[in-house]
Amino acid sequence: MEEQEEYEPLIVAFLCNWCSYAGADLAGTSRIQYPPNIRVIRVMCSGMVHPNLVINALTKGADGVLMCGCHPGDCHYLEGNLRAEARSEAIDLMLVDFGLEPERYRLEWVSASEGDKFAKVVTEMVEQLKGLGPSPYKM
Amino acid sequence: MEPEEQPPAASEEPTEEVPETPAQPEEKVPEAQPGTEEQPPETPTETEDQPPETPATLDSDEVRIGAFICHCGTNIGGFVDVPAVVEYAKTLPNVVYATDNLYSCAEDGLASIRDAIKEHKLNRVIVASCTPRTHAPLFQSVCEEAGLNKYLFEFANIREQCSWVHMKEKEEATQKAKDLVRSAISKAALLVPQEEMRVDVVPRSLVIGGGVAGLSAALSVARQGFDVHLVEKEAELGGFVRNLNSLSLAVKSAAETIKPLIDDAMSHENITVHLNSQVEQVNGFIGNFDTTIVTDGSSKEVKVGTIIVATGALEYIPEGFYGYGMYDNVVTLTEFEILAKNHKLPKIQNVAFIQCVGSKGQDKSYCSRICCGVSIKNALYIMENYADIVGEEGGGRVEVDVSVPEISSRRRRRRRITSAEGPGAPGGAPSGGPEITIFNRDVVTYGAEHEIYYNKAREKRIRFVRYSLENLPKVKLEGEKLAVSYFHQTLKTDRKLLADMVVLATPLVAPPDASELSKKLKVPLGQDGFFLEAHMKLRPIDFATDGIFVCGTARGPADITESVAQGLGCASRAAIPMARGFIQAEAILAQVDPTICTGCGTCVENCPYGAIRMTDEGTAEVLAAACKGCGCCGATCPEKAITMMNYTDEQLLAQGRSILEGVP
Repeated sequence: MEEQEEYEPLIVAFLCNWCSYAGADLAGTSRIQYPPNIRVIRVMCSGMVHPNLVINALTKGADGVLMCGCHPGDCHYLEGNLRAEARSEAIDLMLVDFGLEPERYRLEWVSASEGDKFAKVVTEMVEQLKGLGPSPYKM
Repeated sequence: MEPEEQPPAASEEPTEEVPETPAQPEEKVPEAQPGTEEQPPETPTETEDQPPETPATLDSDEVRIGAFICHCGTNIGGFVDVPAVVEYAKTLPNVVYATDNLYSCAEDGLASIRDAIKEHKLNRVIVASCTPRTHAPLFQSVCEEAGLNKYLFEFANIREQCSWVHMKEKEEATQKAKDLVRSAISKAALLVPQEEMRVDVVPRSLVIGGGVAGLSAALSVARQGFDVHLVEKEAELGGFVRNLNSLSLAVKSAAETIKPLIDDAMSHENITVHLNSQVEQVNGFIGNFDTTIVTDGSSKEVKVGTIIVATGALEYIPEGFYGYGMYDNVVTLTEFEILAKNHKLPKIQNVAFIQCVGSKGQDKSYCSRICCGVSIKNALYIMENYADIVGEEGGGRVEVDVSVPEISSRRRRRRRITSAEGPGAPGGAPSGGPEITIFNRDVVTYGAEHEIYYNKAREKRIRFVRYSLENLPKVKLEGEKLAVSYFHQTLKTDRKLLADMVVLATPLVAPPDASELSKKLKVPLGQDGFFLEAHMKLRPIDFATDGIFVCGTARGPADITESVAQGLGCASRAAIPMARGFIQAEAILAQVDPTICTGCGTCVENCPYGAIRMTDEGTAEVLAAACKGCGCCGATCPEKAITMMNYTDEQLLAQGRSILEGVP
């Protein structure tokens, strides 16, 4: 079926309960198909995810980590998503330290009505990670 | 009905969503009685008044997990090898029991969970099925019934986020389902029981919007014995219905229908009406919302327990469509109603209605549902009142009532060119009866009542002509008449029809200020700009946020019967926590370990709710009542002294690790 050389990337995703998890659910109820390479961890807010969780996943075998939160201004907890955004800068720096490409971590705003966007983000990220090759930590 | 593969706008939302009820406002509608706690069906959230405070059956330190994998009919079973997932779950650490259910949420499925908890002495339960956003409360309550603390339950979403999005890859979907189950089990092993805080509910409602839906909701809440603050941004109550002439489902005029509601609301002792007012600020949570209502520049603080959103919708203004704004007598449906209501209709014999103007793939993507019914109603109105219409005004100037709020300002910009021999005076009284054509893309007359009107329209020889998006009709002024040229789909030829008036059926659209209110309330809007309920089937009119509800056209296009039914529905939903007097607050809170905390204060700065303060000992302390459980503090604590209950770093880490276990 598959080409022998091609690997299937694995993405660990943190989705906030109020917007992005609902958006991912909507992709399901809408039957929007996307690659099965993603495993979702539900969190109450993108602002509750410690950078260590991201780095830990990336150094323990994930090819990419996706963080999704509410659009700025829509956060259920006022501004937790902005915390996540600020933290992303720190995560980007950590990626450099760990010798990982910046594309392996992605922060996206996905609202409860954006099932199509969620599917698009996942599809894109899978393609991107396929181009990038497996995580160096996977060996 | 649409095939299943369609997006939910089409497939998951049949045109008639909230069941039709005999809910004409003038009729007596069954409402929840004061003090009673209505138990709406299909809403699993409030099953028990007083959940048994039984501690979890943690006889020993041994973790005993039960895993229940759901087929959901063929929804999961058709795309995921469920028996294989069950067999796999049995091999996982701490799992002492695993089984599959055809429908876990059906009574026998729930019973199997209940029985297995007792029989196998389970102290953790995971269900792998649909989404926790709709079904976690149901399964949690089953755990509680069996004596298991509800925080010892964990969910794996293998439908919305697996079987439904990987329908052509059974092998991969099955692998993913196994991974998700493993992840849930790894978290379940680390779950600890939590105790929920009891929070009092202020027995007072805030209803935003004084249209037919808001009025119905406000009156129902008030009649159940609770205080209501009704906020209307216009100078008078009544909303969009004040524009209308007659109502589809009643022979009565719209004014007669809305008037008793307005009078009752103005005079009810439990209702405080705020006209010319807006909700400026909303803070807090179910039971205890602090709101600020601003009236003519002066603000007032009101504490309420529940909030009902009934802000309504506007009619889409079809600038640039079919000569609207250019030609006399090209009007929208609502303008037609205003003219009819004020007996200002010109002499018209040939009338063309054009449906779906600006909707269904044009400026707006959705079907506005009600316009077909409204057009047919107005076509029948012309038929039945034709003698009167011919007698009206004698072809004088067409004036639109400019006192109508909201849509009037835009309307005033329109220039109405009325020449001496304008189309209003088509050279002598028409002979014969009226001739009415309804150009449509398909006729959506859902429900029994609308269908009756459709049949009546056919009997009266109202013509229905179909057009497609690729071949729109065109409207031009030809002499004194409006010429509608169109492609006849059956005859496959271009045709022309002369009309005295063209009525454009445009969709209802969300008001521009909806997004501002959605931000204040922290509730979402859908793609079309209307307020988005928690689930269109399982939790209609509820927001995902507890204590806030939505009804009427703020939720999407709806007719008056539906708006009233939804308003009463909101009143019932809002009354449940208010009648009970308290809610159990979710125990997802931050906790500071004072032995680790160094008192740096980062968390105090980062808490969006001011729910953390420094104690005299120099360590941080969480104010439980103010904490909403976002976890921003925990993720910023440099000492890792803060734990988010039920979402601990340890648990999330375990989930991440467990997912990656599958990596070769």
